[in-house]
Amino acid sequence: MQSPLPTFPEQASNFAGNVDALFSFILMTTLFFAVLVTLLIIFAAFKFRRRSEKEVGDDVHGNNVLEVGWTLIPTIIAIGIFAWGAAIYVNYRIAPTDTLDIYVVGKQWMWKLQQPNGRKEINELHIPVGRNVKLILGSEDVIHDFYVPAFRVKMDVVPGRYNTMWFRPVKTGKYHFFCSQYCGTNHAVMGGWVTVMEPAEYAAWLSGESGDVNPVSAGERLFTQFACVTCHLSNGTGRAPSLNGVFGANVLLADGSTVVADEAYIRESILQPNAKIVAGYQPVMPTFQGLVTEEQIGNLTAYIKSLQSQPVPAKGAGIAPSPAGKK
Amino acid sequence: MRTEATGPAPEMPEKHYLNATYGIRSWLLTTDHKRIALLYLASVTFFFFIGGFFAMMIRLHLLTPNGYLLTPDLYNRMFTMHGVTMVFFFLIPSIPAILGNFLIPLMVGAKDLAFPKINLLSWYIYVVGGLFTLWSMVNGGLDTGWTFYTPFSTLYSNSAVAPAVVGVFITGFSSILTGLNFLVTVHTMRAPGMTWFRLPLFVWAHYATSIVMILGTPVIAITLGLAAMERVFGLGFFNPAMGGDPILFQHLFWFYSHPAVYIMILPAMGVISELIPTFARKRLFGYHFVAAASLAIAVIGFVVWTHHMFLTGQSTYAAVAFSFLTFIVAIPSAIKTFNWTATLFGGSISFDTPMLYAFGFLGLFMIGGLTGLFLGALGVDINIHDTYFVVAHFHYIMVGGAVMGYLGGLHFWWPKITGRMYPEWLARIAAFILFIGFNFTFFPQFILGIMGMPRRYHTYPPEFQIYNVMSTAGASILAIGYLLPMVYLTWAAFYGKVAGDNPWPATGLEWKTQSPPLTENFEVTPVVTWEAYDFHNRPDLGLDVPAGKGSPGVVAPAHGDD
Repeated sequence: MQSPLPTFPEQASNFAGNVDALFSFILMTTLFFAVLVTLLIIFAAFKFRRRSEKEVGDDVHGNNVLEVGWTLIPTIIAIGIFAWGAAIYVNYRIAPTDTLDIYVVGKQWMWKLQQPNGRKEINELHIPVGRNVKLILGSEDVIHDFYVPAFRVKMDVVPGRYNTMWFRPVKTGKYHFFCSQYCGTNHAVMGGWVTVMEPAEYAAWLSGESGDVNPVSAGERLFTQFACVTCHLSNGTGRAPSLNGVFGANVLLADGSTVVADEAYIRESILQPNAKIVAGYQPVMPTFQGLVTEEQIGNLTAYIKSLQSQPVPAKGAGIAPSPAGKK
Repeated sequence: MRTEATGPAPEMPEKHYLNATYGIRSWLLTTDHKRIALLYLASVTFFFFIGGFFAMMIRLHLLTPNGYLLTPDLYNRMFTMHGVTMVFFFLIPSIPAILGNFLIPLMVGAKDLAFPKINLLSWYIYVVGGLFTLWSMVNGGLDTGWTFYTPFSTLYSNSAVAPAVVGVFITGFSSILTGLNFLVTVHTMRAPGMTWFRLPLFVWAHYATSIVMILGTPVIAITLGLAAMERVFGLGFFNPAMGGDPILFQHLFWFYSHPAVYIMILPAMGVISELIPTFARKRLFGYHFVAAASLAIAVIGFVVWTHHMFLTGQSTYAAVAFSFLTFIVAIPSAIKTFNWTATLFGGSISFDTPMLYAFGFLGLFMIGGLTGLFLGALGVDINIHDTYFVVAHFHYIMVGGAVMGYLGGLHFWWPKITGRMYPEWLARIAAFILFIGFNFTFFPQFILGIMGMPRRYHTYPPEFQIYNVMSTAGASILAIGYLLPMVYLTWAAFYGKVAGDNPWPATGLEWKTQSPPLTENFEVTPVVTWEAYDFHNRPDLGLDVPAGKGSPGVVAPAHGDD
């Protein structure tokens, strides 16, 4: 590597600079206080060392002004650090809308990743530089964690739910990714490489030897196979709401509340259909828990997402009429 | 620079708790808090060296990137059993059950704890829990990590999870009973004149710790109970395929296990609050603030647990709220550090071994605490969560803080416990070796974390090797630093120079009785007429109080706080 005693890895994502800046700020602040207190201790230990065996120290109880001072000043600094950290984190947890979505499934002890066009990879991820990328993370067994040190981002991969993470690679190259949540015997080798490519290169790579079915058409087939299509009629006249335009929109529920139809909502609706009932519909959908695999849920979600651009029927869509709705 | 008596050398008292009765029965059926403390000392030391052996295997294995020493499964067992042993069977009981047990009755001027038989019972419960866990370790081992995360621990692990979980479950009750005993003792058994604000801060720290033990430990018992039922009977509390939630386990686990961090560090802070005034011969600066800080840590410590879970996908709002509270809980620790430092100013500082440990504690605890700010900051945690940065951080708190406090306290009170002094120069050298070895072991791990090396890896990419080599080298030095005190303290207990009642001298009530104390602690119930750490109105200490400062011969009135 570059230096015999390396420290920070490369800064290869939009988050890396911010995370490192805050890290350096905390380092400087804490170093200042640590050095100050250490010097005070060394000074006192020398200046007030015992000079005769029976000597005693001064009779001092304390000082309220000092107490208030060294309570308030650290509190103010701590709140500043908190606010900066929270700002980065909130930005990280709320992905932009124009992302390149990649499905990631973790299982003991490998990663399966799928590009939007269906191309699958094992322990490898190819992405274009400069594009917002969202990873939709699912697990087939225990909790894993997808961690790319060069991007300064990680997220747990939890069975039974989707977590998402996003980032924008800013530098082409090949970067390590690791599993950073202990998952059993081969936890330490459950990693691989992220390859960040120029967009043109990426496009060429993407269209190269594939043979994998793209998830949207796979999802469309499953939509028929599981008979979803018999109730979720696209014109809104079925026993279940039309799914056209639903993804990303606010859905009005029977209890009067609204919910954003994101990946987690769609997943829940497939596995626990009675958890949230769309206003105006009966809880008649059977659960698909145990009938669909993680990959199939991913495909179904991709298909439902593709219906985003389809015309929304005037009635029977379940979309909330509020102005917050996207369509 | 101890004050040697100018008269004849002190002699061992004729009768004391160690020679009051003889035979194995007199120890195993004792209800004397001092003897129970020694039973704990033996068993906790036993577990410490077992845990240390596991640590040594981990460090040796990580010397090279591919680690030839252990198989992956064996490595995973080593770090798990290291964590379980050290956390549940060493750190949590160490200071409270040994030093707290021995000292709290002496410090408040009582004959024993409030419930002496329950005190003996807690030791037996601890031993039974320990045996269960040891049995799991030799019968299939344990590979879940000390955190027992589901669904790995309940559905996927091929190790002896159930007996280990039952062992930890049982041991928890020992902790609850000890906490209960301390609380009742401090409330009801203080000697005449021992007002709340004359209590040594060691007692305040244990009071705060006891609150955490009593309120927190039942939660971990329930949590581990649920995990055991899911593992053995297949009840799906945490299994998503059966409608359970694996993240629920983490909430319940950390609801106890974060406050448990304070069970480990608060008593060590209590020790430091005794050492610094004694060896600076000066009142502790801001006594009331330090006492209040202990309680604040115990209370706020209960509402920061999800900072272990910022990246589990928990709600963004919850993460922001808990990050804020995490920064707030750091403040009382900062207040304590400033007060300890201020105590040194204007003192008369000596460099006896316990004080060296106190200095070591200050430095290492400061690094441990301040690196907590990096992890509490949400934006930075995204990067360094679950990396070696976390490992380094909590070892600075647990080993640099809690163990330094424990060893400092053990040296300080060894003359009281055994009636004999340890070899001073050997002890100073050992303290120095520990400090060097500790930093060499754990500082490089901060850098490994910044570089992105995840925890719990049995093999790693070659760019991480240089710091792993440093860490392993440091661990070898550290091991010597731990073996030395065990050897010379044991030797000193039998052959050390006779210490006398109050060799340092120190101000606490425990030094007003003989060393080693009588079984009933004091010949007559002491009456307290002085404030904590007051060197100026204590002619009995035989120190030179400058004219005009203090009023030798005239002791403070029994009541009133001015």
